Amino acid sequence: MSDLSKVRHEMLPDLPPPENTTGPVGWMRRHLFSSVTNTVLTLFTLYILYILLVPTIDWAFIKADWFGETRDACTSGGACWVFVTTRFSQFLYGFYPEELTWRINLAFILLAVQLVWLMIPKLPFKGIVSVLVLFVYPVVAFYLLYGGSFGLDVVETHKWGGLSLTLVLAVIGIVAALPFGVLLALGRRSEMPIVKSFCVVYIELWRGVPLITVLFMASVMLPLFVPAEVTFDKLLRALIGIVMFQSAYMAEVVRGGLQAIPKGQYEAAQALGLNYWKMMGLIVLPQALKLMIPGIVNTFIALFKDTSLVLIIGLFDLLAIVQAGLTDPKWLGYSVEGYAFVALMFWIFCFGMSKYSQHLERHFHTGHGSR
Amino acid sequence: MQNANKSPSSRVPEQKTRFWHDPAKRALAFQILLVLVVVGFVGMIVQNTLNNLESRGITTGFDFLSQQAGFGITQTLIEYTESSSYGTTFVVGLLNTILVSVLGIIVATALGFLMGVARLSNNWLVAKVASAFVEVFRNIPLLLQIFFWYFAVLQALPSPRKSIELLDTFYLNVRGFYMPQPVPQEGFGLVWLALVIALIVSYLVIRWNAKRQDETGQRFPAYWTASGLIVGLPLLAFLVSGAPLEWDHPVLKGFNFRGGMTILPELAALWVALSIYTAAFIAEIVRSGIEAVSKGQTEAASALGLSQGKVLRLVVIPQAVRVIIPPLTSQYLNLIKNSSLATAIGYPDLVSVFAGTTLNQTGQAIEVIFMTMLVYLTLSLLVSAFMNWFNSRMALVER
Repeated sequence: MSDLSKVRHEMLPDLPPPENTTGPVGWMRRHLFSSVTNTVLTLFTLYILYILLVPTIDWAFIKADWFGETRDACTSGGACWVFVTTRFSQFLYGFYPEELTWRINLAFILLAVQLVWLMIPKLPFKGIVSVLVLFVYPVVAFYLLYGGSFGLDVVETHKWGGLSLTLVLAVIGIVAALPFGVLLALGRRSEMPIVKSFCVVYIELWRGVPLITVLFMASVMLPLFVPAEVTFDKLLRALIGIVMFQSAYMAEVVRGGLQAIPKGQYEAAQALGLNYWKMMGLIVLPQALKLMIPGIVNTFIALFKDTSLVLIIGLFDLLAIVQAGLTDPKWLGYSVEGYAFVALMFWIFCFGMSKYSQHLERHFHTGHGSR
Repeated sequence: MQNANKSPSSRVPEQKTRFWHDPAKRALAFQILLVLVVVGFVGMIVQNTLNNLESRGITTGFDFLSQQAGFGITQTLIEYTESSSYGTTFVVGLLNTILVSVLGIIVATALGFLMGVARLSNNWLVAKVASAFVEVFRNIPLLLQIFFWYFAVLQALPSPRKSIELLDTFYLNVRGFYMPQPVPQEGFGLVWLALVIALIVSYLVIRWNAKRQDETGQRFPAYWTASGLIVGLPLLAFLVSGAPLEWDHPVLKGFNFRGGMTILPELAALWVALSIYTAAFIAEIVRSGIEAVSKGQTEAASALGLSQGKVLRLVVIPQAVRVIIPPLTSQYLNLIKNSSLATAIGYPDLVSVFAGTTLNQTGQAIEVIFMTMLVYLTLSLLVSAFMNWFNSRMALVER
């Protein structure tokens, strides 16, 4: 019937895709030069990057001086990192006595070990470690940093400074604000009108004013609020201000977590005959806490950056101590190096934490409402 | 079995509920306790404060506002001399805060939208550069950025005698950015009048266009007409009335420039830092807002034959704006509050001149801090109210 001699009997192999749609060339055609506008944009961006990055890299690495004792070591015409390297320990520890800095190191290593333990999902005894972090560690850290007992010399807080002070402010600020935040959030969702309005006023009041005015208030007005015999440490005053301020923000994070718990959970707990505190403590808060962790990390990042404001009331955190170093007549004119160092330190901490919080958000994205 | 259905109260003898087992009474008692504690706490603070103030010899009250301030302020939007009162310093500081906040909000919004859209670009390089911008600037403290722009960049500019010149009219040096100031002459009122007329006519044209489009579906290039009117009409009036405008040029006299308008380096540093820092956050908000519009919307719009630009303008952005506005509001509020960092570089904002210099000179800590906090609270409430109104106008109208 039909002549099959003109029909091919075996399949031909697939032809390779056109040269310019695969590999680096194809990738570039698709992502960089897909249209005239895109080509112009790409070239323009490349040009901007070229004029910005090349001199910066040249200044920061190629022509830079790294080691030395004085500014005379800076001869290459690029960045003078000697300013940072010679004062590195001061930037980390402030005016803390040099022979005692092991106490700061130990305190932060302990904290880091416990936090890493909590972050790695596979390790056991999470409950015990959490109790250690929240209740035992603060006491240990206080005696390590301040001293006054167990044969440790007292180091007055005006000697504290640098990165360690920044961390102290941020960690205490967030940990102390958490319980107040939980109480305020519960109060805000309470059915008791006076409690509710009190909490709303407190939260909105602190969220409506800048942290600077709160710090001013803490440093100027707090001494007026207490009997004349009581005196407050400058650091303690700043901490009180930060905790009052931060607990309002924390309350909003907690409220967000509470609102995400379906009503059925509350009703089921009540149906089991649990009272309010048992319902909150055993059913709602443990679930809400899981949802709140990314929010808490984000608040912590914000607070960590905001601790730099204590410079205005005369505490020497990382930024303030570098700023003070820049006014040293021996080192005038190296402000860019100083700021770059501070920026890098803050950036590493904040970027790391924000990546961790994004990871948590994805990790927790299995809970209510997303199934 | 029938008996079990009877109400339990008939079987169980009436038992008087204990006080603490009745939720209503317990709540009442708890709230009374809270009020007592708060009142007692506040009372104690007030008592302590009064005692402390008395022992330090500080009189309370707002009389100090009418006293002579006696210090100069580098940037004043209203008339101010050293003999003005502390009340005037308050207003000067407040206006400076508002000035830098408004300038910052405008630039931060523009830059933030640009960066947010750029992050979603299908151009790989542009998207990466935009996300690098966001990640770098939002993870560095604002105060550090302000210091960088002020001390490292602007303080490194040349002295007035070696100013960087641009077209012989603009001068940039360590004291600021100098430019000519327009001085309206007689007859310039006509230009203002033309501008007002143009604004009113434009508003009417836009409303007429919206109504006609609702009724007939036909579109009229109303926005182009409006832009043309707003630019063209005042220009026409300006030319007709014989160009009644002169320029006051800055002139180098001795060690500094006189005349013209100046942007102080403090204002510039604060403005740049606030704008970039807030823009990084706004970019993230814009990105997530646009991503929140489901892909089906874009595809449906393309299926209707709308061009790429129209898909964005008519379908995606109006929906994204609803998601964007609430977090955008809180960024604006943050920017206003963050403008108080001005005090660290000496820009004369409210915190700097009022909660700083005035407080130090008068010692009226309580009144000054109270007034300062009240101002920020009021500003926050005003901005929230405005953005809520805007949000409710943009909100989806559902059946």
